[in-house]
Amino acid sequence: MASAVARVPRAPGRRAGAPPRRLPYLLIAPAGLLMLGFIAYPVISVFYYSLQDYNVTKPWRNGFAGFDNFIRIFTDDPQFWTTLGFSARWVVVQVSLQLALGLVLALLVNQTFVGRGIARAMVFSPWAVSGVLTTTIWMLLYNPSTGVSRYLADAGIGSYGTSVLSDTGTVFWAAVVAELWRGVPFFAILILADLQSIPKELYEAASVDGAGRARQFFHITLPHLRDAIVLATLLRGVWEFNNVDLLYTLTGGGPAGVTTTLPLYVANTGIEGHDFGYASALTTVAFVILLFCSILYLRLSKFGGDSK
Amino acid sequence: MTAALAEKGSSPASPSAVAHAPAPPGRRVRGRASRRERAFDDVPRWQIYLPLALYLLFTLVPFYWMLLFALRPAGSTALLPWPLTFEHFEKVWNERSFGMFFQNSMIVGVATLVMTTGIALAGGYALARFEFRIKNGFMLALLCSQFIPGALMLVPLFEIFKNLQMINSLGSVIIAETVFQLPLSIILISGFIKNVPVSLEEAAWVDGCSRFRAFCAVVLPLLRPGLIAVGSFAFVHSWNHFLFALMFLSEQDKQTIPVGLNTLIGADSVDLGALAAGGVIAAVPVVIVFAFIQKWLITGFSAGAVKG
Repeated sequence: MASAVARVPRAPGRRAGAPPRRLPYLLIAPAGLLMLGFIAYPVISVFYYSLQDYNVTKPWRNGFAGFDNFIRIFTDDPQFWTTLGFSARWVVVQVSLQLALGLVLALLVNQTFVGRGIARAMVFSPWAVSGVLTTTIWMLLYNPSTGVSRYLADAGIGSYGTSVLSDTGTVFWAAVVAELWRGVPFFAILILADLQSIPKELYEAASVDGAGRARQFFHITLPHLRDAIVLATLLRGVWEFNNVDLLYTLTGGGPAGVTTTLPLYVANTGIEGHDFGYASALTTVAFVILLFCSILYLRLSKFGGDSK
Repeated sequence: MTAALAEKGSSPASPSAVAHAPAPPGRRVRGRASRRERAFDDVPRWQIYLPLALYLLFTLVPFYWMLLFALRPAGSTALLPWPLTFEHFEKVWNERSFGMFFQNSMIVGVATLVMTTGIALAGGYALARFEFRIKNGFMLALLCSQFIPGALMLVPLFEIFKNLQMINSLGSVIIAETVFQLPLSIILISGFIKNVPVSLEEAAWVDGCSRFRAFCAVVLPLLRPGLIAVGSFAFVHSWNHFLFALMFLSEQDKQTIPVGLNTLIGADSVDLGALAAGGVIAAVPVVIVFAFIQKWLITGFSAGAVKG
């Protein structure tokens, strides 16, 4: 539009008297201050308390503890290892299943067909549902006397009185299905957004060259989606590791503690057990593990791309 | 067109021959089927509709189940909510104070939306348009904060809010929600702003606009889809989030919907009708928001999400 006008070298801020040198700092100040006060400070206090004995119910023992808390975690706490193992299993199962289903779903609703708009809206809708609401819904479905299993039993499938949430053998998959229900749309939305940025000419050229749909998928679609998939799986993995809403309300970590994740164990130790020093040490360890796994994952996924 | 007609016209049965002409391979695309559309639309319909129908069953049956319990009389085992009753809703809204919870959740959701969007706009603009010394450090802090589990920050945050005398005030939850929404929102918004060419702003400066006015008049309208995505994220997350409200708000008239739902889950799992009605109340606002934003969600993501 104003192509005739020469490039403006200076922003008006300088003219108006507010030195632009200071402007960016003013702009990030609200966010920066809030994050300093309510993220950085709590994080530092967690690191600090991880080196302390700090228990409200045993104040006479409070004080500097050195690395005692950490030594206890690694040498004298079987529950740390079982909850860490469960967390790892939970994250791996959730993220891989959510990715697989989300990818298929995104490819499906990326096609042109009658009713696509409404199908997208319905398929994505559980994205907006909270952990507690997911629990509410699946409690109704899993309820042995009024849930789906009763109607299935009426139809001759399964047996009456099946309570999947109180059986240590089935509770894991019952929780997995509930979390999948609301987790798949996250991947589907992200992948669909990225699918739409693939230039259609690529497919055109490929089909002219006689490439079938499978080859188009593996040679055009998947390589294009790689960055989005790496980012989405990483974000989701961290989120699934940290998120406690669903398991806290659906199983409460039970039965017999078989669905207790590491963050749930930390929350129990810190809030119900009042052992804040030890909970802080556990938090620190969880944080380091998470950071290490994330860096490793980014390295590995990038490495895979370079070798191609 | 005329050439084609003339060609056909030379054959004996002219009009019907046109109608019954052997269909080209991509016949599902009506009208002028360009080659690229054909490449996409070659998928047989059943290969789209069958898996989609199966997945929709998985998505929608749980929602239906909740509606069923909420709308049919207590004790009924019918698979259709008939006769319709609103007794569960009345009970939950009045006796279980979901009316109060709803109001609290709304306040938290809207306040978080406004604060997050406003603060993230300022921060995102600074990151997108300026070079300044702590920029990289700030970016790194935003990214790292993604790995910090809110659940593990509960105890230190509780102590902070206790010192600020904000326990049992909605302000504590609003601040906590905003703080944990900010990093991703700033990253997203700075991506959106980077996509708006600086030259547009410069043109407005030439016309005598201040930086702020130029931003409002030129950049802001172009950010609409992105802002809608970020704002609705903030609303939906704070509406859904459970732990902060559970920990910081212990007085019953300050609690939010997820906490109320959790009380129903824990206290009387017998009253499934009330639980389901509470679930429907929790779901309605997010479903409405979602219905409005779902198209923008995808475009908003593809515009700036992965670029960061």
